[in-house]
Amino acid sequence: MSARLRWRKFVSGFMLTMTGVCALVSVSVLFFILGYLVYHGGTSISWNFFTKLPTPVGETGGGMANAILGSGKLLLLATLFGVPIGFFGAIYLAEFSGSTTAFIVRYAADLLNGVPSIVIGIFAYALAVLPFKHFSTLAGGFALGLMMIPITLRSTEEFLRGVPNALREAAMALGASKWKTIASVIVPAAYRGILTAIMLAFARVAGETAPLLFTAFGNRFWSSGWNQPSASLPVMIYTYAIAPYEDWHRQAWAAGLVLLGLILVINIVARGILSRGIAVPRA
Amino acid sequence: MATTTTTVPSAGPVVGSRSFLSRLREGDEIARIITFLFAASVVLITVLLVFELWRGSALPRHKFGFNFFRTSVWDPIFDQFGALPFIYGTLVTAAVALILAVPLGIGAAIFLAELAPARVSDTLEFFIDLLAAVPSVIYGLLGVFIIVPLMRSYIQPALKGTLGFLPLFKGPAYGVGFLTAGIVLAIMVIPYIISVSREVLLSVPRDQREAALSLGATRWESTWKVVVPFARGGIFGSIFLALARALGETMAVTMVIGNTPTISASLFSPGYSIAAVIANEFTEATGDLYLQSLIELGLVLFILTFILNGLARLLIVATSQRGGGMGNT
Amino acid sequence: MKRIAGMLVVVLALAGILWADSALSITGAGATFPYPMYSKWFDEYHKKNTNIEINYQSIGSGGGIKQVTEGTVDFGASDGPMNDDQLKAFQDKHGFGILHFPTVLGADVPAYNIPGITVELNFTQDAISGIFLGKITKWNDPAIAGPNKGVRLPADDIVVVHRSDGSGTTYIWTDYLSKISDEWKNKVGKGTSVNWPVGLGGKGNEGVAGTIKNTPDSFGYVELIYAIQNKMPYGLVKNSSGAFIKADLASVTAAAAGAAKNMPDDFRVSITDAPGKTAYPISSFTWLLVPAKFSEAAKRDALKGFVKWMLSDGQNYTEALSYAKLPKEVVAKELKALNNVQ
Repeated sequence: MSARLRWRKFVSGFMLTMTGVCALVSVSVLFFILGYLVYHGGTSISWNFFTKLPTPVGETGGGMANAILGSGKLLLLATLFGVPIGFFGAIYLAEFSGSTTAFIVRYAADLLNGVPSIVIGIFAYALAVLPFKHFSTLAGGFALGLMMIPITLRSTEEFLRGVPNALREAAMALGASKWKTIASVIVPAAYRGILTAIMLAFARVAGETAPLLFTAFGNRFWSSGWNQPSASLPVMIYTYAIAPYEDWHRQAWAAGLVLLGLILVINIVARGILSRGIAVPRA
Repeated sequence: MATTTTTVPSAGPVVGSRSFLSRLREGDEIARIITFLFAASVVLITVLLVFELWRGSALPRHKFGFNFFRTSVWDPIFDQFGALPFIYGTLVTAAVALILAVPLGIGAAIFLAELAPARVSDTLEFFIDLLAAVPSVIYGLLGVFIIVPLMRSYIQPALKGTLGFLPLFKGPAYGVGFLTAGIVLAIMVIPYIISVSREVLLSVPRDQREAALSLGATRWESTWKVVVPFARGGIFGSIFLALARALGETMAVTMVIGNTPTISASLFSPGYSIAAVIANEFTEATGDLYLQSLIELGLVLFILTFILNGLARLLIVATSQRGGGMGNT
Repeated sequence: MKRIAGMLVVVLALAGILWADSALSITGAGATFPYPMYSKWFDEYHKKNTNIEINYQSIGSGGGIKQVTEGTVDFGASDGPMNDDQLKAFQDKHGFGILHFPTVLGADVPAYNIPGITVELNFTQDAISGIFLGKITKWNDPAIAGPNKGVRLPADDIVVVHRSDGSGTTYIWTDYLSKISDEWKNKVGKGTSVNWPVGLGGKGNEGVAGTIKNTPDSFGYVELIYAIQNKMPYGLVKNSSGAFIKADLASVTAAAAGAAKNMPDDFRVSITDAPGKTAYPISSFTWLLVPAKFSEAAKRDALKGFVKWMLSDGQNYTEALSYAKLPKEVVAKELKALNNVQ
């Protein structure tokens, strides 16, 4: 009896330790990634990286200034396109819609959310490149914006619904019209959560590469205006990483560090600071 | 990681009793219509996406029919397109990824949900969320420069030496291939499994655990025989979710899979996946049949992920409702 | 609300600044084979004409043909000339034709990475076709070892590397293989992307060179400059006269000698397996694909200006990057043909 109990205790202790090891291994991957990027990227980052254009193939030096600006422009467009649709769509779902419509919209958003990014690329190519006859920053922003819609929509709706009904009723009892109630009571009450969600959506598309391959394409120069093909950090990392040039590898690491740094900072700010004190729905 | 938004108890619209005209005057009706347009555009975009994929793949669907999925020749010169190697590569790499990621992910989730003190659990979960935010091209970068050489020089020769009698581990060690792509994918999907499984495990009611413990079960027995089975559906949901993500993953895979349409029992063999072939060949597919065959691959990928995501949601929702709702309710 | 309005103003102001068109931007895409040359040219040309930016993306020759046909780029570039079907597709879609302009001559070289071996290996036609057909799988196969007496070749598996994307480099390579091996011609054929019997795929010349460099015992084909820039060893190839020839400026120019005298009016000509004692057998012209009509005169003039410069001053940059200059006859003919671009 006691031998058996001891055995069961041993199994219990062993298995529980193993789960701890699993957790440790999983979390340590993050630090491996960070460590490698800081190690390889940190030594490669220089002032030139942020200020210079790429040099001709095979010549060392140069930087990714155009890709950094390009990524900025793409993300700006994506936000201007994706966030309003997600945000106002969510207001409709949370405040106006009947349950059937809401179900359909939510279903569509979930579907869109699950679409692999490369398929988004095909879609954006068919819709925003072919008809206009050129690859462009606009097309890239459109593709990234598409990916921001479902994330913004679903989380915004959740935060709006999280606002206590008593607030709504109080405002309406004071005679405020419904849209005034929404604009001045409900949205402000949920605004920190919504901002968090938007920032997370932004961070997620900031690293997307596949949808940009056939929309924003690439550019060795500054991309003037919005109608020209544009370089972007993720695509540069991809093309530089698979190339044979040592100097390009160096720059790919540097770009990786910059990109990951940006994404992690946004994540940390969004999750750690903005959401303090409010319950962020997990996953 | 707002990927698995779950149902929220409906706060329900507050129904006004005022007349249509007065609502119009106060702007309610306008606000309603405007926001409706935004919501409707989400549906429109999704429908358009499906339509474009369907319309864009008409040629190969008519020409090859079901043979598209059964044949394995991908030959742009003779206009023969068979998707089998890509489907095979996609499924094999996803399977390898799950075999590695599921035990590790569920183990970690059990630790986070059952053992770790709340503060430790939340901190680790925070890191896991950050891990989920690492973009795919970064995994590709690390894959190309760190995992591939490691596989070629150490892991594959070691596997060949010990398990080389299995057909799985035969052939030259290229470094790239199914196994490497599977490993990179495993690392990428682990955070998804951990986050969702942890959430589901946490939603298992306390009394289930306590009942088991009071009957003399060890801590592990109560976890493994009571809590985990209770949360089984949701855990499967997290696995489907991870699978959907693994199938659609593009950049990291295309950088380490070897980009060769082969069907081979050996995991060392280079292969190709659906997403990778689209990324490589979409801008250069000359000829309508070639291009449309790639779009049909996109359609296949879409349908696969659509089914898996749907299943995952159903399972997660069903389980967490059984447990009496999840964290945010 | 005020805060949002303020943000919008800032955003729009920023947009306005970025919108201001500073330069005429022309987009081209295609071959990776001459990419080092083109990126140098476009960079130099931009320095001389600061208002003209020619953005060239090396997505592969297949991509160049495809995108110029779709009209999503202003010009394409390819190392395999467009075939008659592709020309017809372009004509049908746009109502006017597309012109080929040779820019430089280059060569595919058989590059390898065998640990411990730095000498230049000799490859016969049978060795190259055998390896790519998957019939020769070990480095110490007699077909490889025969003409390489004194080199200790390992008994290791050959890792064949080829292009995963549609490529003119592939076109040249498969065009050559089709000429020297009937089995290849019937089983695989020539084209910008083919159904490879064996091997790993790398994206672009960059990708293939990267894969060869990172993979021991590998064998693949890249444009000469990629082998030189990356200090990869590459072999000599037996030509139609039976001599082992190393790819260099002289041997590539020799391969073009015959074609230069009898250049067809559309410039579509193959010089693989060319006759001549000193000719390197896997050489080729590489072409810009320029639509015959432009809707924007500014773009047309800028591009024509570039081609003129490329044919004169531009040719002086070629040899530093190991591409051979165009023969004089071809340059003269091209300058005439340039008038057909409207």
